Amino acid sequence: MRRHPLSWPARTGRHLVLATTATLVAVPFVWMLSLSFKAPSEITAGFSLLPQHWHAVENYTLALTASPLLRFLANGFAVCAAILAFQILISAPAAYAFAKLRFPGRQALFALVLIGLLIPHQVLALPLYVLCWKLGILNTYAALILPFVVSPLAIFLFRQFFLGIPDDIIHAARLDGLSETAIVFRIMLPMALPAVIAFGALSVVVHWNDLFWPSIAITSEHLKPPTLGIIAFRDQERGSDYGPLMAAATIVVLPLLAAFLFAQRWFIAGLNAGAVK
Amino acid sequence: MLAGLGLAGPALLLLLALFLLPTLSIFVIAATDWQFGAQTLAFVGLDNFSALFADPTFRRALINTLGFVAVVVPATVGLGLLVALLIESDRSLRGFYRAVHFLPFMATLAAMAVVWEALLHPTLGLVNQVLAAFGAPTANWLRDERTALPVLAVIAIWQNLGFAMVIFLAALKAVPQELYDAAAVDGADAGYDRLQTVTLPLIAPATVFVVIAVAIRAFETFDPVLILTHGGPANASELLLHLLYVESFDYMRTGYGAAVTVVFLLIIMALTLAQARVMDHRRREP
Repeated sequence: MRRHPLSWPARTGRHLVLATTATLVAVPFVWMLSLSFKAPSEITAGFSLLPQHWHAVENYTLALTASPLLRFLANGFAVCAAILAFQILISAPAAYAFAKLRFPGRQALFALVLIGLLIPHQVLALPLYVLCWKLGILNTYAALILPFVVSPLAIFLFRQFFLGIPDDIIHAARLDGLSETAIVFRIMLPMALPAVIAFGALSVVVHWNDLFWPSIAITSEHLKPPTLGIIAFRDQERGSDYGPLMAAATIVVLPLLAAFLFAQRWFIAGLNAGAVK
Repeated sequence: MLAGLGLAGPALLLLLALFLLPTLSIFVIAATDWQFGAQTLAFVGLDNFSALFADPTFRRALINTLGFVAVVVPATVGLGLLVALLIESDRSLRGFYRAVHFLPFMATLAAMAVVWEALLHPTLGLVNQVLAAFGAPTANWLRDERTALPVLAVIAIWQNLGFAMVIFLAALKAVPQELYDAAAVDGADAGYDRLQTVTLPLIAPATVFVVIAVAIRAFETFDPVLILTHGGPANASELLLHLLYVESFDYMRTGYGAAVTVVFLLIIMALTLAQARVMDHRRREP
């Protein structure tokens, strides 16, 4: 299909179809932005894309002050960062051991990692809820982080990347007196940076967008991540004044979408890497 | 020798504590009548499962979920393939179209579900306003038994279309130009011929992969159900994962919830194993 120049009717048809599907896909985003700029009187007064009187400042101010939205966002950033840090800290040494070291039971233990890859996380919710309750950490940040500190996917992906790094580099590092731990974090991980970034993008997307586990583990307002926060906001702001709610939705969606637009390559690499799952 | 175990140890212990033992415990809990918080429990064998399959709510949720997946998968894969083929067929605006179609997959679904609620509002929503302007019949989309589940399907297609597209784009890039040239020599010149003889057969493994991946994502649909319909009205839009959530954490019927979890786990594991098999084949190809 490629590298054969299209005839002009084919080119026009391509744009017609893609512009149509792109418009349909974009409708929720456009409508969200449009409502977030409008005053309540205009929302009930029929549809137009742009408001006659800009009400954006009022709506966005209300979104940020009427609920602890900034707190929700900070919770989201902190939890995603902590999860990713633990995932790398715990998975990278294991990936190195599986890729480059010999030890008893290596094959059988790696099979455990592969089984971990098969298990959908929602299945673990019930036992993890009981575990967090036993540990007394329900409704704390720890409950949001603990279930995700080890990632079978991270072990799998990092191991794949480490396998491609020549053993000579490791021997040289050992001759220089580096410990095995130092080799993992100062030699292997920096060399595997593309895999780390791709996994990081995937991990942040998954956990920033997660609603299922937080809705089980968290009840306190001040601990909620953005996904739970936006629902709390909707439940208090009933009525036809959609402006502040849509402003809040925009603020929740924006960080990831902006990150994606600036670094599309990495997100798509992460997605294709995650496709092994 | 033991350095390896030392480095892999923490990850393996956590894997055991957070993945493997919890999964085994689900099967054990499913064989009890335990209610969360209760001091006692009794083993009831397969009673939870027979109760499950006799429960009209569970049967409705299972049928809804299967129907939902049966609609979402072909629509998502078909549209994703169409968009990917069109984007790849020419250079102009390629990056723009790709980015727009991919946005819903990145966007926080919980927040976008709230936006969909506004779009579908019976009087203020864009959907009904547009329909009314054309004189078409309107509906109370999320409160009507006939429309609640189809609306959730549309949202799922909207969200996953970009995912399918991205995988297809990667597969299309990997098709060697020489094969198109060879096909042209053999007289397969028109676009449709090339599609039939070269493109579709070569991206077949990717297609199988996308079908299974989208099916898994469809089975895991949760956020829009919780936010928009709560499975209602009258269980019309109840899906498996939401039922699992309600039974386990709203009603605290822990043993029963675990039985739903087992059913869910078996479905997803079967799909994931099928997918691993396809991936294996794909990797072995030259």
